[in-house]
Amino acid sequence: MTQAGFGPDLAEVFGPAHQAHEAGGAPDLVQLLTPEGERVEHPDFSFGDGLSRDELAEQVRGFFRDMTLTRRIDVEATALQRHGELGIWAQLLGQEAAQIGAGRALRPQDYVFPTYREHGVAYCRGVDPLLLLGLFRGVDQGGWDPRANNFGLYTIVIGAQTLHATGYAMGMQRDGVVGTGDPDRDAAVVAHFGDGASSQGDVNEAFIFAASYNAPVVFFCQNNQWAISEPIERQTRIPLYQRALGFGFPGIRVDGNDVLATYAVTQAALQRARDGQGPTFVEAYTYRMGAHTTTDDPTRYRLSDDVERWKLKDPIARVEVYLKRNGLADQAFFDSVAAEADDLGHRLREGCKAMADPQPMSMFDHVFAEETEELRVQREGFASYLESFEGARA
Amino acid sequence: MSENTKQKVTLAKALNMGLRRAMEDDPKVLLMGEDVGKLGGVFRITDGLQKDFGEDRVIDSPLAESGIVGTAIGMALRGYKPVVEIQFDGFVYPAYDQIVCQVAKMCYRSQGKTPLPMVIRIPFGGGIGAVEHHSESPEAQFAHTPGLKVVACSNPIDGYWMIQQAIAAPDPVIFLEPKRQYHADKAELDDSATPDPLFTSRVVRRGADCTVLAYGPTVKTALKAAEAAAGEGKSLEVIDLRTLSPLDMTPVLESVRRTGRAVVTHEAHVNLGLGAELSARITEECFYSLEAPVLRVGGFDTPYPASRIEEDYLPDLDRVLDAVDRSLDF
Repeated sequence: MTQAGFGPDLAEVFGPAHQAHEAGGAPDLVQLLTPEGERVEHPDFSFGDGLSRDELAEQVRGFFRDMTLTRRIDVEATALQRHGELGIWAQLLGQEAAQIGAGRALRPQDYVFPTYREHGVAYCRGVDPLLLLGLFRGVDQGGWDPRANNFGLYTIVIGAQTLHATGYAMGMQRDGVVGTGDPDRDAAVVAHFGDGASSQGDVNEAFIFAASYNAPVVFFCQNNQWAISEPIERQTRIPLYQRALGFGFPGIRVDGNDVLATYAVTQAALQRARDGQGPTFVEAYTYRMGAHTTTDDPTRYRLSDDVERWKLKDPIARVEVYLKRNGLADQAFFDSVAAEADDLGHRLREGCKAMADPQPMSMFDHVFAEETEELRVQREGFASYLESFEGARA
Repeated sequence: MSENTKQKVTLAKALNMGLRRAMEDDPKVLLMGEDVGKLGGVFRITDGLQKDFGEDRVIDSPLAESGIVGTAIGMALRGYKPVVEIQFDGFVYPAYDQIVCQVAKMCYRSQGKTPLPMVIRIPFGGGIGAVEHHSESPEAQFAHTPGLKVVACSNPIDGYWMIQQAIAAPDPVIFLEPKRQYHADKAELDDSATPDPLFTSRVVRRGADCTVLAYGPTVKTALKAAEAAAGEGKSLEVIDLRTLSPLDMTPVLESVRRTGRAVVTHEAHVNLGLGAELSARITEECFYSLEAPVLRVGGFDTPYPASRIEEDYLPDLDRVLDAVDRSLDF
């Protein structure tokens, strides 16, 4: 069977592009916890091996807490935008498992290059969520120190950071922190991007560079099905993870709403990179439950049925069911996490509103590491101009 | 170049020696680009460096300009000092986003926490009889971008020192090399000399009647024009700008106040080129000293033409002299 009269049937070659869409455990989708909260096995990836029941319970409770707090960050930020406190917000609702699984698989010496939606990963890296809001409020362009947490600044130009990640990973190779066998030394990089970014030249160039130099980088694509209003079908005719084969490194599709699976898969991919075995492409198959950003209206381009269907795959609910059904957490635990989320929400609301606008003169700061005379003259000229007003700010 | 303290070298050789010395001085310096390794670059600027410094420091890249610049950014973020070679000026555009949106803004975006000391070398300008995309002058595109510093060398001595200074600079530098000068003239290089600071212009010929401003390949043109003018009793002062962003206006303004006249010449299109900026600044600062409007001699506002007629497109000695005459006739 051929399509449009030439070439092989893509579905025959690669399998249906969306076979994982419906199935809980399609063969090419790594899943360890079903939407119903049932643990399942996978031949290649596992979670909790070697852990006692208490240790395992503690780790899963940790994931639950992480995802709950991450969702609260997102919900509060969305509300703050609606109240006019943020200019815009890029929502992650529904992608908590993909981000917490990936974020918790990191070691301190690993480095993350995010796009602009990695609020959960930022949280895992210890970046104060309040700092994330500064960018969207317009008081800065990323208020955190990228070196302090090995978490880069958000990148707005789609996919540009995948090249930075690859170059950084090449630097790690030259620093001798890859493949030494020392778990405290060996390091890797994660480049985050979305399904829309997979169409960008830079992402494809990053794949080529990473493959060519065997760079220790994990390309972590959150396929949330939508690039603003454009569906995944507008980006690719084959499942994204299968593209990796064409670049010469492994690609894995993981249930992005399953935090155990994303953790297991990312950890394996990171370890592979740290061991000097090169890049891996991880496609976290998930769904953007909210809008692309708060300026977007998804009701114009997608069916509410789809959204309802994905609600049944909620990443947090399935962990809650699993914990409860197996007696791994009591009500006091859930109450404490809820209280912690409320506290966080309160802190974000108050902290956001208290964020002062930067001083106008600060726009001249840090254009260069070594300021030019031209800029110094402009700075002084503008300062004099401001001071010429009665009651001028210092 | 410890084996030799003085020798006559071409610009290509001087750049090669400068890169070598920078790599010897700082193990974090590495070279990236298409064909920079075994081949030594299409212009042989990196000749022999991979053999001596290894494939980890002289990195032959896939043929992807955005990838070359983008990965260099990552290297710089990791603490390396990458020196990227763009093979030809017209090939820099695929990397344009990485340069103007990422390289230029990393220091600002991170509030100074992750500055990017890196160098992007671009062989620029025409006059080598190449096919299209191989003879362009994109300097204004980068000089217009805050966060980038742009310099152009014009001779072997500057080539040797300026490349080392650009690599040592704490900010990203677009380093323009006049490709038709690579193998043209030799100059005696003394590696124990003290060079001028990187971001400074220099008076390269003294004169009293008119100031001619030039950079990169047009410095030689301007000097030839000054020589010819001298035969007609006209005394031209020639300034090699060397730094295009930031501009070093001090010697320019001092000169124009003395001569009362200025002609700017560059190969790039005149419209919105460096000449427009220089004209505006001279007018702002030297209005009462000027005897004539600042005139510009540059490439026309056409795409770079076929090589058989490029000599008509490029500013030459006669067009510079014609502008000088128009200035003197005011």
